Amino acid sequence: MNFHDRHLLRLRVNGEDHSLSDLDPRVTLLDLLRERLHLTGTKKGCNFGECGACTVHLDGRRVNACMILAVSCEGREVTTIEGLADGDALHPVQQAFIDHDGFQCGFCTPGQVMSAAALIEEGHTGSDAEIREWMSGNLCRCSAYPQIVEAVRAAAGRASQ
Amino acid sequence: MTPFVYARADSLGDTIAAGAAPDSAFLAGGTELLNWLRLGITEPTRIIDISRLDGLDQVEALPGGGLTIGALMHLNDVALHALVVRDYPVLSQAILNAASPQLRNLATIGGNLLQKTRCAYFRAEEQLPCNKRQLGSGCSALHGINDNHAIFGWTEDCVATQPSDPAVALAALDAVIVTAHRSGGRRIPAAEFHLLPDTRPEADNVLQQGELITAIELPAPAPRSAYLKVRERESYEYAIVSAAAVLEMDGQTIRRAALALGSVALRPWRLSAAEEQLAGAEIGDREALSTAIEQSFAQARPLSQNAYKIELAKTAALRAIEKAARMSS
Repeated sequence: MNFHDRHLLRLRVNGEDHSLSDLDPRVTLLDLLRERLHLTGTKKGCNFGECGACTVHLDGRRVNACMILAVSCEGREVTTIEGLADGDALHPVQQAFIDHDGFQCGFCTPGQVMSAAALIEEGHTGSDAEIREWMSGNLCRCSAYPQIVEAVRAAAGRASQ
Repeated sequence: MTPFVYARADSLGDTIAAGAAPDSAFLAGGTELLNWLRLGITEPTRIIDISRLDGLDQVEALPGGGLTIGALMHLNDVALHALVVRDYPVLSQAILNAASPQLRNLATIGGNLLQKTRCAYFRAEEQLPCNKRQLGSGCSALHGINDNHAIFGWTEDCVATQPSDPAVALAALDAVIVTAHRSGGRRIPAAEFHLLPDTRPEADNVLQQGELITAIELPAPAPRSAYLKVRERESYEYAIVSAAAVLEMDGQTIRRAALALGSVALRPWRLSAAEEQLAGAEIGDREALSTAIEQSFAQARPLSQNAYKIELAKTAALRAIEKAARMSS
């Protein structure tokens, strides 16, 4: 087994291939996105996997970027909040957050939106209670939870329950 | 984090050979290991990334009944697997009550069992007296803030609890943890996997350096089983107390019961005395159920701030039994 203290990492972020050299294996995916790729939409809240502000999609699944060593993402595909819109057309979840006032300070919003987009794909939108449970990994210190649930419900195309 | 070198494992043989070296750590989901590294709880010099090992991420039916679950399966994938949902609701429920959806997409079922206690003294960023952090330094919680600490099996060296939800379900199911090691693998009963603090308070479980969990084996289906988690928030919070119940019923009569409590000791706590007395009890006879549960609380010992957990645990056990009985078989 070949152990190294510096690595070459190739991964695809928001549809663009990157090859990053001289990577310290201690760097998390979150810090790589923010510090090396300058994609600062993904937020660093607790850095302990507790707040969900760093939620991104890794090979299509929502994950906490602070809990992943970047080096372990070799060959994988990452989508961040910057990659969610289709050109100038916002993703339906982004539009729904605006329409339903799903934020106040906005710090947790990228993580909320990434989590919500995945949750809708997962099909966990059967009821408001189900939305709340499956959004529980994203904390909002402004407590915009009622509006967030409304936004997710609207983006999922379901009437109020 | 202190510096380490990293390598990605591509064969089980290489993994257990490399893992045997001191100061090596396996990386699977990473949701515990990264926090240990940040806090200095462990300081490995070599990280072996096992997340892409082949063949350890699926559910397979065992001949003669039962399932084997690959250790690298992500928690959500285990909990939502059709056979687990149908035949082992206690495990599915325990997993879905654990952590958050995004963490469950990363964390693995094998790694989950290796969680360390959530005791705030143990996890403190500034090192405080804690025999699990530094053997011989004492236990800050013994006479400190211990409202959510152990009521069973603690010693003056450590009063912490094991936080895993799935581990409680696996203990009640009499699951087996299968390991690989350079000197041969083992089959470990789930209820004996974690260690109480009476011998080596610094150790969490029976694994040796370089020993890798490869699978969890579940015995015959347990459709009448349920998990109940009591916590301060409705979701995304560790338990104050949890209870797993696995029943076999004849009509309204309990033929056999298996019960385990979580977050009351450093290992899932089987209620063996209660289980014995529950055989033959009617599910509708709350008094009989409560009397049976009482048998297992003779050894309960509260700390200065957590006597309430004894009542809470009894009630949780009762409610878990009733919940399990309502599951269709």
